[in-house]
Parts: sequence; structure tokens; C-alpha cells
Amino acid sequence: MMLIPCPWCGPRNETEFHYGGQADVPYPAEPQELSDVEWARFLFYRANPKGLFSERWNHQAGCRRWFTVRRDTTTNEIFQDDSHEAVTR
Amino acid sequence: MPRTPGADLPDHPDWLWNSPEPKHSYDVVIVGGGGHGLATAYYLAVNHGITNMAVLESGWLAGGNMARNTTIIRSNYLWDESAGLYEHAMKLWEGLEDELDYPLLFSQRGVLNLAHSLQDVRDSKRRVGANRLNGIDAEWLDADQVAEICPILNTSEDLRYPVMGATWQPRAGIAKHDHVAWGFARALDRMGVDLVQNCQVTGFDRIGDRITGVRTTRGDIAAGKVALAAAGSTSVLTDELGLALPIQSHPLQALVSELLEPVHPTVVMSNAVHVYVSQAHKGELVLGAGIDAYNSYGQRGAFHTIERELTAAVELFPMFSRAHVLRTWAGVVDVTPDASAIMGLTPFENLYVNCGWGTGGFKATPGVGWCYAHTIAHDEPHPLNAPFNLDRFATGALVDEHGAAGVAH
Ligand SMILES: Cc1cc2nc3c(=O)[nH]c(=O)nc-3n(C[C@H](O)[C@H](O)[C@H](O)COP(=O)(O)OP(=O)(O)OC[C@H]3O[C@@H](n4cnc5c(N)ncnc54)[C@H](O)[C@@H]3O)c2cc1C
Ligand SMILES: [Zn+2]
Repeated sequence: MMLIPCPWCGPRNETEFHYGGQADVPYPAEPQELSDVEWARFLFYRANPKGLFSERWNHQAGCRRWFTVRRDTTTNEIFQDDSHEAVTR
Repeated sequence: MPRTPGADLPDHPDWLWNSPEPKHSYDVVIVGGGGHGLATAYYLAVNHGITNMAVLESGWLAGGNMARNTTIIRSNYLWDESAGLYEHAMKLWEGLEDELDYPLLFSQRGVLNLAHSLQDVRDSKRRVGANRLNGIDAEWLDADQVAEICPILNTSEDLRYPVMGATWQPRAGIAKHDHVAWGFARALDRMGVDLVQNCQVTGFDRIGDRITGVRTTRGDIAAGKVALAAAGSTSVLTDELGLALPIQSHPLQALVSELLEPVHPTVVMSNAVHVYVSQAHKGELVLGAGIDAYNSYGQRGAFHTIERELTAAVELFPMFSRAHVLRTWAGVVDVTPDASAIMGLTPFENLYVNCGWGTGGFKATPGVGWCYAHTIAHDEPHPLNAPFNLDRFATGALVDEHGAAGVAH
């Protein structure tokens, strides 16, 4: 079980969180303009790195806020993402 | 004279395959020596006459998901595309022991997929109908009929999620995963195919968009064709080429109990309370459930995932409360958005991809080998794997098997 650092509640058990996958995937600015291939990219394709990964977590059983961490996908080591203020505005 | 412990053990059996040095060049190089890589090499040799070929494996042969899965084999998937591929695999399973002349402990003891709600019942009956139209053995059973087949299952009405019935595929079952890999490996070795272990592919040689070979931890190897069969590690390889794939790698765990007397006659799976259980030939109860939620290449998961599936198992099988967890482990599974595999050509000439089998590719092993070998030999997908192309994510022709594959197996 991972201890996940919620920026507001501190480190809490993984069971309190909901996983949100890759961080920083913006909704397309002009969705009508996208080709099918571009739309598929937005819907279905996410980075899948072995190593450092910026990802979203929601503190579902706590403050219910979303935040971003960087985690190593082989060791589960977590690094607080210094951009969390920006992404939770 | 005191006896050395173990001195009277039998000799080590003959090796089933050699471990040759890689050559500088092959007609076909297969990346990944799991079940899919081995089966593909086998059918390339047997069906298409290609033997100047190597299977390159970064670790030891079949030590990835092939060594870690819970060996459930079935073909009762909903959509025609899946039914075609999985049923083709099932037919091959039915002759595979003879074909490889090797004991696979393939046991068609049937599978029950439980229904716990009215919606489950409707979906299950629909799937039974679809299966039958595709010539696949399937029946709908009510709770009493389920109890007849599997008496240790709690079919009383006082469960939180009572068993309202189940689908039944009598030809489904289990096989001994290691033996399947070893049977293919032995046959390949005899046909002169190189099985190269401790050989990690780290990159590709290319001229423009044409792949001409692989770079490995044991030197560069030229190849007429390169076929990926690296399961959970596929993205690491395709990232080298800037080829994006819609897969996410997750831990999938399984566990066994101590050896017990035979008590469990079949395979039981439940999507709703999420657990699946069979009993191996040796006697261990073999249990599994869903992936751990986060992306990972770590081959380990969290204990709360195990705890949740055991809660479900004990609810369904009260007598299991006396069993013990002997061992847990995890593999890295490559999950796709529609819970179906990706198999076919790539934007690169002479590069082929087979991945995205996620939590359920063991059952498909001989079918994958057959169809992927065809794809590689003819540079064109076999009709059975044509629907599983990469383009479907853009065209929208998804093969959504979340209903039939929603439980990991
Ligand atoms: C816990 C668990 C339970 C499962 N239960 C079932 C089940 O009951 N029924 C079912 O049908 N399926 C099940 N599966 C899924 C099934 O195991 C997989 O879909 C299937 O094994 C994948 O194909 P494979 O055997 O070729 O994979 P693997 O055995 O993982 O083979 C891939 C190989 O590629 C190698 N490799 C990776 N990268 C490189 C590289 N760069 N260079 C060289 N080699 C490389 C790896 O070392 C590995 O040996 C389960 C999986 C797990 C983890
Ligand atoms: Zn919080």
C-alpha cells in the first residue's frame, strides 16, 4: 500500500484515493477541428513510461481534491509535484 | 555413513531447450519469450516454414506473465470478433497436447461466470445467445443448477450479492502454464529456432520507416522482420520509435493457498464481487481479481487488493475461510481502452505488434501464435486478427469486451 502525499491532508493510505492517470492532458481547445486520428489521441492514448510519471490522484475519502504527483512506476517512489497549486486552481 | 541430504534425488532431467549465442542475423526476430512469442515462433516454423529465427527474451524464458497467470481458458466472449479469435484458440488447445507431444495438463472442467443482479442476468443471457450463434458452447444456469455443478459455492439467498445464476461453458478450463511454454520451447529448439535468454532488446535499427534489426544487450542483430511480443513492456520498446500505443501497464496480482484435497470441481468467476477461483492439479486454490489502479512496471501490487478479493472469495466459498494464503505475486499487464488486444501491422515496414492482451491473454496463446505468424509471414493480418488493428481507435470500430473481460483472468 502506498502512502500518497495529499497537498492538503498530508500522507494518507492509497485506499483513500482514486487514480486519475496521466497529468496535463488538456481538453482540446477546438474539438470540432480535430481529425479522427487527433480525437483518438486525446481519448485513448496516454503516456506509459517506465520511470518518472506525472499523474493525477483524487483524495476521494478525504478532502476530495485533485492533485498531481510524480511517481516512479518501477519503485513507486513519489515526488511531490511543485506544480500542484497551478493544477488545482 | 551419513547420507547427504538430497543425494538420492533423481538426476536433473534433460534440458528441454539449448541456450545458444545469438547470431548476427535472422529472417525473423521475435521480441519476448512469453507464451505469445513462443507460440508465434512455433506456427511461423510449422505453418510457414520459417526457422532462421530467434526469440529474444530479456529475462528467463516465460518468466513474465506466462509464469504468473491463473491459467483460465475460455472462449465465451460477447462480440463476433472476439469469439472468432478465442474459439480458434480453444480448438487449438483441444489438440495441442498431441501436437506438441508434451503434457499440458489441459483440463476442460468448465467455467461458471456468476450473475449477482438482474442486470447481470440479462447481460449473461445475452452473452449466452451471442456465444451460441457463434457456435460456442454456452448455457444459462439458475442458482440450483449452479449448486449442482459446484456444491461448495454458497448459492443461498442471504448473501449480500446472491448468486442468481451463471453462464456455463463446459469446454472451458485450465492448463499448466509453464508446461505450455516448455512444450513450445522444446518443439522450437528441435526445429533449430534460437531461444536466446538474458537478451534485452534496447532499440531498433532502421532505414527511414523500414526496420532492419534490433539492438540488444548482447549486440546488434539484423532481422528481415521484427515481431513484438513483449506484453506489459511493449510501450518501452515502441517509445524508442516514437510509436504511441493506447496501452497502460498495470500490476495484476494472483495468489495461491496451501495444497488442499480436491474440493473445487470447476472454475468460478464473478465480475460483480470480483474474484475468480480454480483449484490447480497439485491442490492449491488459485485466486485472482482486478488490476491495481495505478500504472506500474513493478511486478508487485498492494495487499488491500488481495484483501478485497479474499473477502469476496470467502463470501462465495465459506469453506475457504479455513485456507491460508501461501504466496502472492504480480505481473505487469498491458491494458487497452476497449479490453481487447492490438495485433497486426504498424506504421513501420517489417515491424509487427501484438500487445494489449492485458489480464486475459493466456487463453489465447495458441490462437495468437497462429494468427500473428500469419500476419508476419504474409505481411497482412489473418482474417481473425484483422479487427484487432491499431486503426480501430481512430475509426471507432472498437471491440468492447468490458462485459466479458471486465474480470481479470
Ligand atoms: C496475475 C495474472 C493472472 C492472469 N490470469 C490469466 C488467466 O487466468 N487467463 C488468461 O487468459 N490470461 C491471464 N493473464 C494474462 C496473461 O498472462 C497474459 O495476457 C499473457 O501471458 C501475455 O502474453 P505472454 O505470455 O507473451 O506475456 P509474457 O509472459 O509477459 O511475455 C512477454 C515477455 O517479453 C519479455 N520482454 C519484455 N521486454 C523485452 C525486451 N525489451 N527485450 C526482450 N524481451 C522482453 C518479458 O521478459 C516477457 O518474458 C493473467 C496475467 C496475470 C499477471
Ligand atoms: Zn486531501
